[in-house]
Amino acid sequence: MTSTKRRVFLKGTLAAGTVGVAVGAGLLAPSKLLAAWPESAFKARGYEDTLRATVGTTDLPAGDIEISAPEIAENGMVVPVTVETGMSDVTEMALFVVENGSPLTSKYILGAGAVPMFATRIKMGQSSDVVAAVKSGDTWYSATREVKVTIGGCGG
Amino acid sequence: MSTIRVRAQESGGIVTVRALMSHPMETGTSKDAAGNLIPPHHIDVVTADVGDTNVMTAYWCVTISRNPFFQFQFAGKKGDELKLSWTDNKGGSDSVTATIG
Repeated sequence: MTSTKRRVFLKGTLAAGTVGVAVGAGLLAPSKLLAAWPESAFKARGYEDTLRATVGTTDLPAGDIEISAPEIAENGMVVPVTVETGMSDVTEMALFVVENGSPLTSKYILGAGAVPMFATRIKMGQSSDVVAAVKSGDTWYSATREVKVTIGGCGG
Repeated sequence: MSTIRVRAQESGGIVTVRALMSHPMETGTSKDAAGNLIPPHHIDVVTADVGDTNVMTAYWCVTISRNPFFQFQFAGKKGDELKLSWTDNKGGSDSVTATIG
């Protein structure tokens, strides 16, 4: 990441820092945060309904988002994915597997000073588009990358 | 022994955290040896805090792979303590504290 981008994101995360301070001061109980687990988004079936339940729209403009993942994943049980973005003022990120029965894999809330990136390993039932969504300012943006899966990784 | 292995290293003012958590992350669609469905069992929330400040929260479900890996970054400094915690859908939890190096 260039130092310019870093400066921009540090500026953008000041608002998120305020939330952190509120938590620290006991204004928000941790249980309130736990209760924020987005059940309806995780339980949604089908990509469009899941997208709507997660970000409130299915119309996401293309963003400056990079998804790193293997072109061909031999084992759908363990597909490494990294999502990074150069966009500023990022507060939330989410990762979807379009063809999975439950497409939302995970959602991330960026706290104080967080760099807008994450890496994890996900399960893919079959070859699919993988979609990363990033909330910059008040708008969700997205990027898509296709991952071919040799042996599916859901169930069995 | 903790279920979490975590490393947090600072470079140029940015801390990179790499964590591995031991957890079955059962999807709810697998069957045991007797042919019975194994109920879903997954980490649902991961939180990372430095002191009283939350730096990252992850919401997960069954499509995160078994024994989850999680990497993220934030602006921080050497010597601070990073606390990483998870809770799962059956009320299980664990947390670990690592010194940023």
